[in-house]
Amino acid sequence: MSALLEMRAITKTFPGVKALDQVNLVVRKGEIHAICGENGAGKSTLMKVLSGVYPAGSYEGDILYDGAVAQFRGIRDSEDRGIIIIHQELALVPLLSIAENLFLGNERAQSGVINWPETFRQTEALLKKVGLSEAPGVQVGKLGVGKQQLVEIAKALAKDVRLLILDEPTAALSESDSQALLDLLLELKAQGVTSIIISHKLNEVRRVADSVTVIRDGTTVSTLDAHAEQITEDRIVRDMVGRDMANRYPERERRAGDVVFEVANWNVWHPEHADRQIIRNIAMNVRAGEVVGIAGLMGSGRTELAMSIFGRSYGRAISGEVKMGGKRVDTSTVSRAIDAGLAYVTEDRKSLGLILDENIRKNTSLANLAGVSARGVIDENRETAVAEKYRAAMRIRTPSVFQKVGNLSGGNQQKVVLSKWLFTEPEVLILDEPTRGIDVGAKYEIYGIINELSAQGKAVVMISSEMPELLGMCDRIYVMNEGAFVGELAAADASQERIMSLIVTE
Amino acid sequence: MNQSAKDGIGAYLVKHLREYGLLFALIAIMVFFQVVTDGTLLKPVNITNLFLQNSYIIIMALGMLMVIVAGHIDLSVGSVMGFVGALAAVMMVSWNMPVWIVIPICLAVGALIGAAQGYFVAFWRIPSFIVTLAGMLVFRGLSLWLLAGQSIGPFPKSFQALSNGFIPDLFGVGKPNVTALAAGVIAVAVLIWMGLQTRARNARYGIEDEPTAFFVLRNAIVSAGLMFVIWKLSGFRGLPNVLISMVALTVVYAFITERTTLGRRVYAIGGNEKAAKLSGIKTERLAFFTFMNMGFLAALGGLVFAARLNTATPKAGFGVELDVIAAVFIGGASMSGGSGKIIGAVVGAFIMGVMNNGMSIMGIGIDYQQVIKGLVLLAAVFFDVYNKQKQG
Repeated sequence: MSALLEMRAITKTFPGVKALDQVNLVVRKGEIHAICGENGAGKSTLMKVLSGVYPAGSYEGDILYDGAVAQFRGIRDSEDRGIIIIHQELALVPLLSIAENLFLGNERAQSGVINWPETFRQTEALLKKVGLSEAPGVQVGKLGVGKQQLVEIAKALAKDVRLLILDEPTAALSESDSQALLDLLLELKAQGVTSIIISHKLNEVRRVADSVTVIRDGTTVSTLDAHAEQITEDRIVRDMVGRDMANRYPERERRAGDVVFEVANWNVWHPEHADRQIIRNIAMNVRAGEVVGIAGLMGSGRTELAMSIFGRSYGRAISGEVKMGGKRVDTSTVSRAIDAGLAYVTEDRKSLGLILDENIRKNTSLANLAGVSARGVIDENRETAVAEKYRAAMRIRTPSVFQKVGNLSGGNQQKVVLSKWLFTEPEVLILDEPTRGIDVGAKYEIYGIINELSAQGKAVVMISSEMPELLGMCDRIYVMNEGAFVGELAAADASQERIMSLIVTE
Repeated sequence: MNQSAKDGIGAYLVKHLREYGLLFALIAIMVFFQVVTDGTLLKPVNITNLFLQNSYIIIMALGMLMVIVAGHIDLSVGSVMGFVGALAAVMMVSWNMPVWIVIPICLAVGALIGAAQGYFVAFWRIPSFIVTLAGMLVFRGLSLWLLAGQSIGPFPKSFQALSNGFIPDLFGVGKPNVTALAAGVIAVAVLIWMGLQTRARNARYGIEDEPTAFFVLRNAIVSAGLMFVIWKLSGFRGLPNVLISMVALTVVYAFITERTTLGRRVYAIGGNEKAAKLSGIKTERLAFFTFMNMGFLAALGGLVFAARLNTATPKAGFGVELDVIAAVFIGGASMSGGSGKIIGAVVGAFIMGVMNNGMSIMGIGIDYQQVIKGLVLLAAVFFDVYNKQKQG
């Protein structure tokens, strides 16, 4: 097979930083090519060079597309040649219909007047192609993330895509939606569409990719051919981090104490649709020093459960009781929940966990300003000392606590969120997707922090979509489906198959 | 990601262009008008006037800064100010109520009005733009009704003193006013002492600070400017009462916004309301408070304004909200909330004030004045956005 795309010795420098250094990438016609690398390795920069976001002339090296040197001056240039990127943050307008979104900027129109029948006819054809059974007139905002992803792909197909680039396409998708998306990619491949997929999920990479290019610190480390050799996850991880990761989950001495956290008869209804019950009769308990997982598909109600417990931040008509150390506690507002010894680390650190424009110091003290102030006046020296303490303990890699958190990497940001909550000195921590979107090395560090917390006797509840992570970290796992617990497994008895079978047989 | 310390003076200046830019813009504008008005701008009488004329804008800018930092806006302040002025006039002149009762009642009414608007914004989540637009219409109408379309005045002497009074010279010299000079010297000393304190702390924690040359130069300019103004004031009638209240309020609000948990939380809700809420911050209550506080300061502004004119007119406060909001944005606050400083808002208000005053002395018509002020506002915000893009 000949190459559709060849990027030769691409070097891109920003003031003071060499983001890409002699990167090579060869994508053959009709293959699915995966690009793996830690956050900050240069994957997105490379894709921006390819799509013309960084125009020709702002980088060194050549892009050969279809055998000829291509010089893209902007996204429009590359899109005209059939190169289409679907970003992690979807670029859809939620208040417009599927049809309107599909042809946004590419309208089926004669002299500015939109031909609606034609638009709808083509929309239907495209939706069929991506296997989405929704009417073209449905508002995009009413669809789930998985379906929106399919709309994005249909939008790419509407532009006669030849090279489809997907940036972390399954990061926000549930297991079943992810599978459907990967199947679609294979389907498109059969129809001759070449794709590049950037992903952290190595099992998915292994499933669909014909070849894998690993990038580390802005250079190409290796290119693996799935047809010539067996690609193992360990091999990719080794190339990504530059060292062997014999054990992806650090060892922990498992030692559970008394029950410190209990939830009983927990029921929650949807905040807008009063007749929809979101959480049904949940009962759970966590012991001191124990790490308890909550497994379940996206939309099963895990986050809603956590947020409804934590200061009734989600839902209405909430009933049930929460006990800490055997005594009933009031968690009806966030500050009461914090006072009771509860902490909730949200799954969405950027929009719910951090103030991105503020520095590490101010973010660290945010949930416990009383701890650094006297009679309402903040002692800035004490605040700095506290932030410094956590920066050191968490190994947050920055020159000082006066760095804006918006400029930190995902892993470091997550450590700041953890610092914020540890400073409230909680007894029970609920961690919602604590390693989402952070790279392998930082994940390992977060796991280490979780283990330290459990060693200190804190009770940890861990919500995660990544089953291997739950299996590797937890003492016990609750399995959740459609708002209820459908099973409870001890670590020794748990496996991905058993968890899935509990979910599907229900 | 990390700016190393060796970047040097040039890089430091680029990074902090906004803060220095604001100060230099004020100085440049003053020099400009001083020249084109043949020295009228900085005459003792006119400097005194500058403070008297702009005091109510500055007082309200303090509250507006907090509202804007919290991510809201208050369009009603001009109307509220007019309404409270009218209310004071009716109570004092028509009903002959004593001044010492009228003032607290008026301030309470202002706080109540702010609270009412804050209630809808904070607890019902109606956009502040709409709530305060409604408030603007309501209170403009109510002041017309209160005054029955007439002007009411004059006021008792003790009420006028709120704006037109001066601190007597405690040392009995009179000209130059030694009390004013002493106050100026003390203010300069305190400013420099606080600057050194901050510098020492920054050095201790390795925070990047301005280069020493800048620190010295900036403090020299500020101190010289301050002493110059004080010297001029002392040559006229000394320190106006309203200047004292303005300075005191500025210090108090700067302290609240920068040093207290209350202030920190207001910045937090403007920076990321959801994150603040999930951190246990009572976001609704705080938003409510910022509006109540704004209402209180608008009432104070209304009293000061009425006292200065010695009459309450139906036109009082007309369009003032725009000047106040413009001052806050010229001072560097961000439209999306979460950032902005009290001192910036005060300097922004002075920039507007000097321009108003200077252009009036030059005899520029009100038509061109509006055009020029509009362009200055746009330029200031454009400068912000441009800077941010270049850095990001």
